[in-house]
Amino acid sequence: MKLSPVNASRMLSRRRLLCGGAAAVALPLFGCASTMRGPPGRVVVVGGGYGGATAARYLRLWGGDIEVTLVERQADFVSCPLSNLVISGHKQMADITRPYSGLEALGVRRIQGNAVAIDPQARQVRLADGRALDYDRAIVAPGVDFTPGEVIGLESAAAQQKILHAWKAGPQTVALRRQIEAMPDGGVYALTIPTAPFRCPPGPYERACLVADYFKQFKPRSKVLLLDANPEIQSKKVLFEKAFAEHYKGIIEYRPNTELKEVDAATNTAKFDFEDVKADVLNVVPPQRAADIVRSAGLVNVNNRWVGVHWLTMEATAAPGIHVLGDATFAAPLMPKSGHLANQHAKVAAAAIIQQLKGQPVSTTPVVANTCYSYVTAREAVHISTVHQYDAVDKTFKVVPGSGGLSSAASALEGRIALAWADNIWADTLAI
Amino acid sequence: MVDARRAVAALLLMAAGAAAAQDAQLARNLAAVCANCHGTDGHARGDLIKPLAGLPAERVVSAMVGFRSGALPATVMHQIARGFTDEQVKAIASYYAAQPARP
Repeated sequence: MKLSPVNASRMLSRRRLLCGGAAAVALPLFGCASTMRGPPGRVVVVGGGYGGATAARYLRLWGGDIEVTLVERQADFVSCPLSNLVISGHKQMADITRPYSGLEALGVRRIQGNAVAIDPQARQVRLADGRALDYDRAIVAPGVDFTPGEVIGLESAAAQQKILHAWKAGPQTVALRRQIEAMPDGGVYALTIPTAPFRCPPGPYERACLVADYFKQFKPRSKVLLLDANPEIQSKKVLFEKAFAEHYKGIIEYRPNTELKEVDAATNTAKFDFEDVKADVLNVVPPQRAADIVRSAGLVNVNNRWVGVHWLTMEATAAPGIHVLGDATFAAPLMPKSGHLANQHAKVAAAAIIQQLKGQPVSTTPVVANTCYSYVTAREAVHISTVHQYDAVDKTFKVVPGSGGLSSAASALEGRIALAWADNIWADTLAI
Repeated sequence: MVDARRAVAALLLMAAGAAAAQDAQLARNLAAVCANCHGTDGHARGDLIKPLAGLPAERVVSAMVGFRSGALPATVMHQIARGFTDEQVKAIASYYAAQPARP
């Protein structure tokens, strides 16, 4: 059932009426929530990226009167997919930024704020401003945080302001673009890649291609140094190798098995076991783990980095009632940390939560799929796809044998499809 | 006795209703796998990706069969089609057939 804004505001009015008094005006949904237990239920969603926003949207789309609160730091949704095109100067931030107004029109209560703690016993999400949000079920889609201290020299705020990651779309995307734009022709842009798993496995190789494409046109004597902690390209390998050879010979230099140990921010130097590399622009994608909020909530239980989940409901194995989506999860086999899959996780969780709130069994046969496009030039893109069916014996998603695959070759058609993909997934995620 | 039989019949009807409801959700959930690209409830944007809302179920099924075999050319759908069972494809096709062509 779709809830129109009119119905949603009526629902709020009814709640205010039932709650009564000044407290209800101050805390319209939560002030007297404990006296209003029972169906349909309250869900608090932490994080408004591909996972969290989709969950909020589909809970309202499928869940009737479920009260959905979305807590997100940023005022707008900024897409990581396509953000490499901003770094290379082929797109602007406005092209990858979308509003949350569509979700609000569906009746999602949006709080622009910082969730700092989740209390599974009290069933509360706590915000930095002191507010506490009661929930019947929580969804946490917090993305990744970077592991401090793993790269020596990158601990200080000053070093982090100079040596950027730009691995979360936002101010760093713009700042890295400025550094690359300001770099003189003949300079070196060095990009370091952490040991897998990390968010967006093809992302670093796409970034190298797009920056190299920009150099080719505007700074033809410049170089891209791609320094990979892994033994090989982590996604779409043959397609990136082909792009490096066909388009960027003499521009991109790829070095596998090159793990960053230390940086010197003063001289823009990256230090490895056997060599130091001085760059004009040093872009470090640091080692990653599930974001701090799930860590402090005690949900991280795999390799001290990721959240183990029950795949039928996306609930954290460490805490029933808290559903974790997207990059923060310990992935099922061959499941990349992608925005597309976070959107798919969200739909599994939304369907399950609606059943759980009704006291009904959840679906035992979910399916998720991934389609991920990367640009190898500003015009041409390639894709990787997978379809994952739930396996009841091993209790995880498994890639269907014979399904999925890579593009046969890069093409301008897929370059256009990649933009259509973005347009459609943003609409699906944000109800715009 | 008659009352008991009626009660059993009513229960069976309820069970059948519940099973049908669950099937409807299964189709809805499976169809949502496609929504990232094909639009929520099949209302795709732009002219590159096919909107599925309101398409006759047979057309979606035959397209998926064609993608799977390679008879229909595709950039990605041949790879996606091979990930779904015949029953799942039918459920997805029926769900989209029941959606209004315009949102």
